[in-house]
Amino acid sequence: MERVWFCLIAIMLTIYVLLDGFDLGAGAIHLLIAKTDGERRQILASIGPVWDGNEVWLVAAGGTLYFAFPTLYASGFSGFYLPLMIVLWLLILRGSAIEFRNHIKSAIWDPFWDFLFGGSSLLLAIFFGAALGNVVRGVPLDASGYFFEPLWTNFRVGDDTGILDWYTILIGVLALLALMMHGGLWVQLKTTGEVSSRAGKLSGQAWWGVLVLTAIVTAVTFRVQHQVLENFSNWPWGFIFPLLTVAGLAGVLFELRKRDERKAFLASCAYLTGMLTSVVFGLYPLVLPARNPLYSLTVANAKAGNYGLKIGLVWWVLGITLAAGYFTYVYRSFSGKVTLDKDSHGYGG
Amino acid sequence: MGQALDVHRLHFAFTITFHYIFPQLTMGLALLLVYLKTKALRTGDEHYDRAARFWARIFGINFALGVVTGIPMEFQFGTNWAAFAKAAGGVIGQTLAMEGVFSFFLESSFLGLFLFGEKRLGRVGHWWSAFLVFLGSWLSGYFIVATDAWMQHPTGYQLSPGGEIELASFWGLVLNKWALWQYAHTMLGAVQTGCFVMAAVGAFYLLTKRHETYGQTFVRTGVLVGTIAAILQLFPTGDMQGKMIANNQQPTLAAMEGLFESKQGAPLAILGQPDVENRKLDNPLEVPNMLSFLTYREWRGAVKGLSDFSQTDWPDQIPLLYYSYHLMVGLGTIFIGVMALAAILLWYDKLYRARWMLWTLMLCVPLPYIANTAGWMTAELGRQPWLIYGLMRTAEGASPRVAAGNAWFTLIGFMGMYTVLGILWLFLIYREIEQGPDPGNERAVPAPAD
Repeated sequence: MERVWFCLIAIMLTIYVLLDGFDLGAGAIHLLIAKTDGERRQILASIGPVWDGNEVWLVAAGGTLYFAFPTLYASGFSGFYLPLMIVLWLLILRGSAIEFRNHIKSAIWDPFWDFLFGGSSLLLAIFFGAALGNVVRGVPLDASGYFFEPLWTNFRVGDDTGILDWYTILIGVLALLALMMHGGLWVQLKTTGEVSSRAGKLSGQAWWGVLVLTAIVTAVTFRVQHQVLENFSNWPWGFIFPLLTVAGLAGVLFELRKRDERKAFLASCAYLTGMLTSVVFGLYPLVLPARNPLYSLTVANAKAGNYGLKIGLVWWVLGITLAAGYFTYVYRSFSGKVTLDKDSHGYGG
Repeated sequence: MGQALDVHRLHFAFTITFHYIFPQLTMGLALLLVYLKTKALRTGDEHYDRAARFWARIFGINFALGVVTGIPMEFQFGTNWAAFAKAAGGVIGQTLAMEGVFSFFLESSFLGLFLFGEKRLGRVGHWWSAFLVFLGSWLSGYFIVATDAWMQHPTGYQLSPGGEIELASFWGLVLNKWALWQYAHTMLGAVQTGCFVMAAVGAFYLLTKRHETYGQTFVRTGVLVGTIAAILQLFPTGDMQGKMIANNQQPTLAAMEGLFESKQGAPLAILGQPDVENRKLDNPLEVPNMLSFLTYREWRGAVKGLSDFSQTDWPDQIPLLYYSYHLMVGLGTIFIGVMALAAILLWYDKLYRARWMLWTLMLCVPLPYIANTAGWMTAELGRQPWLIYGLMRTAEGASPRVAAGNAWFTLIGFMGMYTVLGILWLFLIYREIEQGPDPGNERAVPAPAD
């Protein structure tokens, strides 16, 4: 049963990264590729109706984690106290920026929010990457089942770990580049004219960085977290996940050259899915590795009671089926390239 | 530890109090928006569509602030209250996860359509989007209240051999009797905020002689729905809340009422200042026997005072609890008076010209916010010293490794950020009200559809 929930939460987090990833990425690049107010409005319009729903996947995954693995939720959230709070502040700033930017037209109002939107998106991408890096590297859990990590110590991967060290920063930068590519492909798909072609070009440039960093990160991860090597040698079928990563990354370049905007974005989804599933596969059964393997949290010692897990499956399947329905409907309703003739009642116009 | 605990409590109290400014309005307005959209659909009158659009803009601003200040709430269970999260996550994680899965997806999906898609959806489709946003926000309220109700009155659980609290009955958790009454009471409070805000904006337009047809619609809608909500708030929902507290949280009842000594025929204190050190109520203004009657429907019924309980089981902030409760009840009573009077004037067709009544409605606008906040403070301070009533004390729930200094750091951060958000909120709402439902057509009859 706990294995099922491990997979379901991994799926929810992957969906979160695919969906909120493109709007974070769009935010991170929008100051680079959109110069005029009209261009920036195009980018905002491409994520306006969906970003909030995308972010719900994070909240829902958090809630699901809470009831399925309460021990993990308690240890992880209190141990990552400072970075989580910073993530919250960034989410608050970013949400405010998206919602409030278009309320007033003024030479100081919208540039301010544009800057906040870009800056917070960029930092969020780095922080989410660093968070993933922390989970892979392991944290200083002890016999009490708790830990507390400062933001940084000596930037080395030792026993005196901080949130930021060379490994987690590396993953943070990879995450930023990957989401810039992903967001760029989304913007290319959803907008027209200059913005669309600049976004495509930027994705192509980010692609090379993603390629190089993916190779480096893969190599060092085997050294940082031994469980990964063990899992891949024990269950070779797991190589399907890294294969998906490679295929996705190759697909992005291929489709970009062919100018198939839709397939390029889907290839980027495949790349991100491959990366995340490789990590998840490499860590199982660990959910939060400790620097001292004795104290690692696993699916078995972090799970909630069996009755709750079983009953949860019933409503979860029902709820997610409904949610998938809403998402399909919403994305269909806003399908195609965005246009800036006001399709609303002037909300914020 | 003692010091860190206080900071964690303040952290949660501050962030939840600020957060709840927004959902209480959006949950109330969601209902009123469905009402306005239904009117628009049935009469085909563009006036109601425009009215709904105006309130949708105000709804949108509040909703966005509710979302961004809401995410920290779920996180804080893990960040600041890890020991509690670990012990009880298997139970209340259920309701919190259900909120995400059942209501947030619904709300966020259809809010986008409601705000941006009126032309794409057509009249009937747009009504549905309004209804689904309403459904999502009211479901969300239920899951949160059910979570709190479980902390007030735990049901449907069992203790595992390892001492963890496990879910034993799904329906026991979801259909907790405490949750059902607390939900009704909470939602009525939210509806009252929505009604008072709508009526106040309407009164403002009528008093300043702008957008007067809209002003009349807003005042009428706010007063009609508000009168019903104000009455139901007191009876039966408030009354049932009181009875549940009397039966399950006896020290809480005594502290709320400022009753230090047990009495047959206990009086109801209307005013007075609790002096906890000397165990008495200073300057009491009391109605004899009333507390006994309200609690047990017997004039001479015996009500236990605080002295009958061990001091370790007393709520630890008795004066604050006492004042919160009295503020809530006092304001609730005033709301019934104001709304009923306005409804009578409406009935005799005098409301729109009764300037003193319009002034009253306009100036009342902060009061439901205060009453709702005071109500939550009553519930949560009254639950002390327990985190889960009878099961886990608040002192046992905080994160063991998060030091006071780190908690202060983030609390100060939230205070700064929320101050800015609060100013921004007032500014944007003021602008919407200033622009009005029909920009550029302040005094004229509403123009035909554009």
